[in-house]
Amino acid sequence: MKRTIELNGNRYDMPAEVGNVQELLGHLELAERIVIVEMNRDILAKDAYDLPINDRDQIEIIHFVGGG
Amino acid sequence: MSERYSRQELFAPIGEDGQKKIRTASVFILGAGALGSSGAEMLVRAGVGRVTIVDRDIIEWTNLHRQQLYTEQDVIEQLPKAVAAEKRLTAINSDVAITGIVVDVTSQNVLDLMADHDLVLDATDNIETRLLANDAALKLGIPFFMGACVGSYGLTFPIGIQDNQPCLHCLLETLPSQTLTCDTVGVISPIVVTTAARQVADVLKYITGTPFEPKLESADLWTGNRASIGVSSMKKAGCPSCSKNAVYPFLSAHESMKTAVLCGRDTVQLSFPKGRKFELLPFAESIRGTVSKLIHNPHLVACEYSGHRIVLFRDGRMLVHGTKDVVTAKKIAARLLG
Ligand SMILES: [Zn+2]
Repeated sequence: MKRTIELNGNRYDMPAEVGNVQELLGHLELAERIVIVEMNRDILAKDAYDLPINDRDQIEIIHFVGGG
Repeated sequence: MSERYSRQELFAPIGEDGQKKIRTASVFILGAGALGSSGAEMLVRAGVGRVTIVDRDIIEWTNLHRQQLYTEQDVIEQLPKAVAAEKRLTAINSDVAITGIVVDVTSQNVLDLMADHDLVLDATDNIETRLLANDAALKLGIPFFMGACVGSYGLTFPIGIQDNQPCLHCLLETLPSQTLTCDTVGVISPIVVTTAARQVADVLKYITGTPFEPKLESADLWTGNRASIGVSSMKKAGCPSCSKNAVYPFLSAHESMKTAVLCGRDTVQLSFPKGRKFELLPFAESIRGTVSKLIHNPHLVACEYSGHRIVLFRDGRMLVHGTKDVVTAKKIAARLLG
């Protein structure tokens, strides 16, 4: 089933192979980064990254970078 | 006060009272690179009372597309960023007392450097120094306005605004094994200015006593992605940096870094033990016959030697460009300095 979520303020069509938050981070090449993930207005603990992503979920991801 | 700040005073949330508060504020700017250039220029134009800006590096051609305080002439003269920044900022607004310091900020000197300022603006280029500054600002009881950017992406987070908010250490459970840097994936100037603008807006709110909620925010100017996360639930009761029993681990860490490979820069920094004072002019004369492209000014000696560009600073640091190998850098230092 097609799932469309809101990701960082933009509409985002979920790739079929991405089921949960951890997989989404991998897909976005953020799996190795320090990230803070908010799902439907709640911050997710690291052990909750296996939560499935559903149609119309609202996700915000902020990753840390070094530069300045 | 002259009409100089009249348009800023006309902005109702600041007003004449706010301008008086801005006038008495003293700001510590950690880094005089891209964010430091942009943030410093805004704050100096806004008319803060005092600015201290510190940086360990010299200006290079690769800086000019985004580090707005510097000119081609600064590169040609191989000026340290802190020196050129002080000169340019003073020319922009002579009302402001500006001090540029050429120094590598470490656990040994950070408290002395930051003391007697009202707040710290983050403009460093690596997470380790940010955690050090986070500890120092918390210990001194002053806010730390974090900002970082790379590519077209930037993030900001003001720390020490509210008692019950997390610090940077609360947010970073583990240190990253690798972080993106401007030298590995590049950076464009619009995200520098955007990130600095968000930091400075928060600084002005803080100085003028305007309440605001500290949020972790990000923006990507290329993709249009943006995020704003209220992270207050992430404060850790036992955080070693911001809890009641804080021990400020990054301040006591005896990393006394003698050598450092500058991230993504193909450069090794050697820090000689304190107490070893360098007389720049005699050193320059001693190597004149050995090296090429020799330049010296009151702040440093720069030259080329066996394919490497070498810079020796008065504060006892040597940069060896063109290598990531500490042993190579040490050999070169030994040959030139004995
Ligand atoms: Zn903390």
